[in-house]
Amino acid sequence: MNWVINNLGLIWSLTLDHVALAVPPIILGFIISIPIGWVANRFHASRGVLLTISGLLYTVPSLPLFIALPAILGTGILDPINVVVGLTIYAVALMVRSVADALAAVDAGVRQAATAMGYSAWQRFWRVEFPLAGPVLLAGLRVVSVSTVSLVSIGSVIGVSSLGYLFLNGLQRNIIEEVASGIVATLLIAVVFDLLLVLAGRVLLPWAKADPTAKRAWRKTVETAIAGASAGGSVVDDPAVSDPSMAGR
Amino acid sequence: MDLFLDGFAWIFDPAHLSGPGGIWARIAEQLSYTFGAVAIAAIIAIPLGLWIGHTGRGRDIAVLCSGGLRALPSLGLLIIFALGIGIGFKAPLLTFVILAIPSLLSGAYAGVEAVDKRTVDAARAQGMTEWQVLTKVELPLGLPLLIGGIRSGVLQVVATATLAYFASGGALGVFINDGLKTRDYAELIGASIVVTVLALVLEGIFALLQRLFVPRGVTAGQVTEVRSRSVRPRAVVGSPIQEGK
Repeated sequence: MNWVINNLGLIWSLTLDHVALAVPPIILGFIISIPIGWVANRFHASRGVLLTISGLLYTVPSLPLFIALPAILGTGILDPINVVVGLTIYAVALMVRSVADALAAVDAGVRQAATAMGYSAWQRFWRVEFPLAGPVLLAGLRVVSVSTVSLVSIGSVIGVSSLGYLFLNGLQRNIIEEVASGIVATLLIAVVFDLLLVLAGRVLLPWAKADPTAKRAWRKTVETAIAGASAGGSVVDDPAVSDPSMAGR
Repeated sequence: MDLFLDGFAWIFDPAHLSGPGGIWARIAEQLSYTFGAVAIAAIIAIPLGLWIGHTGRGRDIAVLCSGGLRALPSLGLLIIFALGIGIGFKAPLLTFVILAIPSLLSGAYAGVEAVDKRTVDAARAQGMTEWQVLTKVELPLGLPLLIGGIRSGVLQVVATATLAYFASGGALGVFINDGLKTRDYAELIGASIVVTVLALVLEGIFALLQRLFVPRGVTAGQVTEVRSRSVRPRAVVGSPIQEGK
């Protein structure tokens, strides 16, 4: 514990670096995946293609991606932009499926009612479909957040400062506490981000709190993300998610 | 794009390809880690996952563990094991086993769980024992998701096995380490290409396996088009049975 107490300042500043690298990919990934997910959901032919491409993007290992990006973007190899872009690619790859599934899960009757009320396609999307897709989107975003936070540390291998520094430095100097403190700090960031997202969900989607489908959607999204998004598992495949009559069981 | 050409030139340089520290040897190491770790993880996680899926017990704990393990930074885990149990192949292998467990576990239990409860009840009504229900009904029907879990475990490990060099465990990361130390960008890009291609090839093989190993009865009943399905409440066929569970 001595090492931790003596180096709290270092841990804190690396934690801030870590957070600064993790937040932009999560937000950018969310924003970019909305139109792509919308297209995947809207046009039948595009769904398979877009989901396959995003699955393949997620297959690209992170360290090679961080190394290859400077060659593609023309940035310096030590530039933090590489890590941000790389993590954004992963965030989009994970999130596109969530967006497509979330939009698919919006009740067709509600969509028709909105159209009948005179909403234009644009208004209907932002005022009806997008908010109703909220709980499933949030579930996807929570998975993206956890995975991004844990991937940031790989960036330290190519010299971008994050909590991963504690791993490499701890290895060199043979200080196990240093490595452990890096792991704990990473987990804490993941937990705090997750709590913030849940809190944001409570505030922005107050109707979802009483809705047990939200919890189910979250569980299902985690399972899908872990057990292979390409395996054919889809958030709305679970009758309990898409079928309100079973939601209470 | 010249950098990529340099990378390919590095890969196809005969001096880099063969020999004890050559690309082929490193690929073999990377694949040994991958299949070794996934095999060990399968022995632990698949029976457990099948049990959770069959009995429905401990599901929330499994989800929580899987989510939590996902948040663990694998680099940190690898290094802490390297410092704890020493360098060599053991620390990376242990890390990769832990890395593969969530995928395999949730693949196994989600597969069993996704089987229509009416089918399971029908199997019981036919007089099947619990073991028969599991092995003859739930397992075959849950196979697509189970293989999906193995596939995602393999992909995660094959990508992360690149880090094994931090514990002096060999594998393709050795080239990345050399490249970083000597600022040899051709080597860096070349090694990155090899790792990426390896992951994509495995992904392709598993996509194929998944098609081949799925029982025909499963694909026949599968709804492929999500949007065409009505999301409105269906007639409550079968809900009472599920509620009785």
